[in-house]
Amino acid sequence: MIRNGSDSAVPRRLQWQTAEVSGLIDETPRVRSLVLTLPDWPGHKPGQHVDIRLTGEDGYRAQRSYSIASAPESENVMLTVERIEDGEVSPYLSIDVRKGDKFELRGPIGGHFVWTSALQGPLFLIAGGSGVAPLMAMLRHRAAAKNKAPATLLYSSRAFEDIIYRTELERLAAMGDGLKIVHTLTRQQPAGWAGGARRIDRAMLESEGFPPAARPRIFICGPTRLVESASQIMLDLGHEANLIKTERFGPTGG
Amino acid sequence: MAQPPISRGFRGRKPPVQSDRIPPGQHLVHDFPVLSAGPTPHAPLSEWSFSLDQGGKALKEWSWEEFNALPQTRLKTDIHCVTTWSKLDTQWRGVSIDDLLKAAGLAEPPGDFTMAHCDGDYTTNVPVDDLAGGKGMVATHFEGEPLAPEHGGPARLLVPHLYFWKSAKWIRTLEFLDSDEPGFWEQLGYHIYGDPWQEQRYAGD
Repeated sequence: MIRNGSDSAVPRRLQWQTAEVSGLIDETPRVRSLVLTLPDWPGHKPGQHVDIRLTGEDGYRAQRSYSIASAPESENVMLTVERIEDGEVSPYLSIDVRKGDKFELRGPIGGHFVWTSALQGPLFLIAGGSGVAPLMAMLRHRAAAKNKAPATLLYSSRAFEDIIYRTELERLAAMGDGLKIVHTLTRQQPAGWAGGARRIDRAMLESEGFPPAARPRIFICGPTRLVESASQIMLDLGHEANLIKTERFGPTGG
Repeated sequence: MAQPPISRGFRGRKPPVQSDRIPPGQHLVHDFPVLSAGPTPHAPLSEWSFSLDQGGKALKEWSWEEFNALPQTRLKTDIHCVTTWSKLDTQWRGVSIDDLLKAAGLAEPPGDFTMAHCDGDYTTNVPVDDLAGGKGMVATHFEGEPLAPEHGGPARLLVPHLYFWKSAKWIRTLEFLDSDEPGFWEQLGYHIYGDPWQEQRYAGD
């Protein structure tokens, strides 16, 4: 069963609150992280998301969902936004927004695509592009909780400069706490690149992941094609369906 | 919140046409995003069956072949996902809940509520009044083609006037119940009913 009794507590009502942008981090040429200060944040689990609502000067409103990229241990909430060229909300959040700007937010939302340090066993995270955001919340939480269970992030980006959180991921991998990070670059690789140079495929998932007998918890987040293919391969390799959790990032995140 | 903060410099892009068909907080898309909680099931049609259940027993069960021989209903409708996208004029074909009840020899629905059970252990709850009377169907075709697995094929529930998580993918059983019980997302903080026009996204909305 996918259902998990511990996640089934009576939910509290989600109220809109005003988030203030207290920091901006340019992650890649197309991706920016927003650090938000919130008056009343109840805490979250890594993997959960929030809804945000923008109101223009003329009263026009737009609402979107974004994954939380920060650990629960972090003081602020971080969202990571990839610019969709013809999008309505993401260009504003990834280009126009400045420190001190405000918008409405409510959350955290979702209790399925979540991992906390209390869960036993190896962790296998599979990411494509900005789908790494909720998985980063898990890795940041894992480090903050000093969890030493083996964990692997297999992360597909288009090119080296498109790798989100690159230096922080290097730092996390260097901690020697059982975390392995494997990059694959699908379109362009720098000279002397030692990582993967193709889309995530069966050979990669088999060699970089854990054997089914180790019963890893598997989280897959990225574009639909990657999620469909990686989850199907993990099933074919013998992993149990109820250990595979998926979340998708499509162009309609806009 | 009475006075929402103005997002300095945000102009947005107003829905060009038919904004009266877009519920609050939604935006129009033209593709068909895929969202699901786990791997897409690929059960062979020879092993597929669909049943109406009550009290743990099948009232009636159909094989894929039998199911496709039932009267077909076509529906052109708008759909609204809780993740804020809406899609207009989607075209579906399948078997209406009314025709399923009739084919099962049931003059009346045998309960006021239902739980849809799906491959992959997904469940969702829908009141009978939102399925009967021409409101819901088990859809097997989208835009004239067999429903693709990632969109819920071979068959999904279609309840287009509720948020789209209620239109459960990969449906295998519709269970009739006397009381309303929360399904998968409903236990994880999503609204028990999910009316997009009331913006019932999460519990308490």
